[in-house]
Amino acid sequence: MATFAPPRPGPMTPGARPPAAARREAWQRRLPLTPALLFMIFVTQIPFVFTVIFSFQSWNLVRPGSQHWVGLGNYANVFTDSAFRGALFTEIEMTVLAVAISMVLGIGLAVLLDRKFPGRGIVRTLLIAPFLVMPTVAGLLWKTTMLDPVYGIVNYLLRLVGVAPVDFVSRFPMASIVTVLVWQWTPFMMLIVLAGLQSQSGEVLEAARVDGAGPWTTFRAITVPHLRPYIELGGLLGAIYLVNTFDVIFMTTQGGPGTATTNLPYYLYQRAFLGFDVGQASALGVVTVIGTIAVASVALRMLFTVFSTTEGRA
Amino acid sequence: MTTAAPASPADTTTPRTAVRGPLRHLLRTASWTAGAWLAGLVFFFPVLWMVLTAFKQESDAYTTTPHIVFSPTLSQFKAVFDSGIGPYLANSALATVLSTILVLALGIPAAYALSIRSVRKWRDALFFFISTKMLPVVAAIIPIYLAVRDLGALDNVGTLIVLYTAMNLPIAVWMLRSFFLEVPREVLEAARVDGVTLRQEITRIMLPIVAPGIAATALICVIFSWNEFFFALNLTSVRAATMPVFLVGFMTSEGLYWAKLAAAATLACLPVLLAGWIAQKQLVRGLSMGAVK
Repeated sequence: MATFAPPRPGPMTPGARPPAAARREAWQRRLPLTPALLFMIFVTQIPFVFTVIFSFQSWNLVRPGSQHWVGLGNYANVFTDSAFRGALFTEIEMTVLAVAISMVLGIGLAVLLDRKFPGRGIVRTLLIAPFLVMPTVAGLLWKTTMLDPVYGIVNYLLRLVGVAPVDFVSRFPMASIVTVLVWQWTPFMMLIVLAGLQSQSGEVLEAARVDGAGPWTTFRAITVPHLRPYIELGGLLGAIYLVNTFDVIFMTTQGGPGTATTNLPYYLYQRAFLGFDVGQASALGVVTVIGTIAVASVALRMLFTVFSTTEGRA
Repeated sequence: MTTAAPASPADTTTPRTAVRGPLRHLLRTASWTAGAWLAGLVFFFPVLWMVLTAFKQESDAYTTTPHIVFSPTLSQFKAVFDSGIGPYLANSALATVLSTILVLALGIPAAYALSIRSVRKWRDALFFFISTKMLPVVAAIIPIYLAVRDLGALDNVGTLIVLYTAMNLPIAVWMLRSFFLEVPREVLEAARVDGVTLRQEITRIMLPIVAPGIAATALICVIFSWNEFFFALNLTSVRAATMPVFLVGFMTSEGLYWAKLAAAATLACLPVLLAGWIAQKQLVRGLSMGAVK
């Protein structure tokens, strides 16, 4: 093969080649992509088509033969469903809190680790552990050994300073779950921000120092703008995973007490697998996806920008 | 306060601190070190506590004042193995390893077609892959459940393998692509001028360069599939259930036995924890889907 491949992925210019050869070339290029593309369409898109179809039906799994068309009935229910609105609120609150707090803590830890000190490698190793812990285990651990009202470590520490024991998981369910999520995701944010800090050019920092800029000024005027794409990237990727939070809720509060910690994934799960209401759950799914698309299209554009920035920087 | 001082040695050059410079520098390093270690230990503590508890008798685990000194025992691990953790571990391992292999088999050619010999609409394809990650899994679980049920594939590890592959493939394609983009094009062009075949081009030139990237991608896939819970919970029951599902049993039936629970949890976390620690360098790049080097 002596054909010229474009230097960077970009628009192909077939040049003066005859169209048949160009077409064959195009097919050869497409061939390696095809299996992955077909697989993803088959596994992720076709189910969604069925979700749309089911959303116009009334169908309860525990009553065979109950399947029939109801038009927009399920959608009407979705929009008058106050539990759905509650779950949406919970979803936003949980995601925003978890992303924001873990990002702030992550930046702090990254700044700490950006400097040489004895045992830096070990501290880094310790810090990433929470991210690697299975989320179901994280939920269990916090619910029992950490936050248990009688035997939990946190209450032991509170007792030491004279505070009466608190049943965190039932009294502050949202805070408890956000704590677990923050514990797991802070290392992720730290790793990404740390990579950003370490990619700073030493020359620029040196120049700032020569010009008489103090550490704080340097941090604000040079480091923070440099970190921006990394912070955006970390926040975005974290949010993509955190909107799907299910494991930790399942293991700690089961969405309760009441519906205090029922986010959208958990609500849909309840409707589908505890209520067996296929039609209603499907309509909820479709509405959720439409909402997600609206948010995600903005997020995706951001992601592309961020990627081109960091790629250019490498 | 020792916040935000990325370059402390500079202070020794300013006149004000010239005399006490070395001492001050030492103090600063010491407090910085203490702060960082404290932060590290606070974050690590729940994991450490889990491992310690796993080696305790239940009587040492259930105390209002935490027992730090105790006589370690392996009886909890023995109890966990006796309670039949084996098949769950095997299912998790099978689903993780096979889905990771499948991801690489589909993802490597795709990434190649999106970077080195790119298709015309590579941007759209890349966009499509990542957009599937943004759709909530729960929105597709009903048809997936019904399809799997009608195919008689409920409670089957094969089902998990297919779903985990779909879950990780988009991330893998993005990551692998970023590694492929690092292959220097001068080398590729020179090789092509020399008349190297496509196969040689791939095996001799590209694979050695992207091998670490493939390893990083595999690591990320392993982490996410080993830890996956939602599909495993809803699509398996007995035969194909994985480790996270095993732990749910503890929450309901044996929630009162913390030491045994900790032993099971430690076993569940260990493979991914070790893999992640060993491959720390690749972790950052993998987690950012290749955007951060």
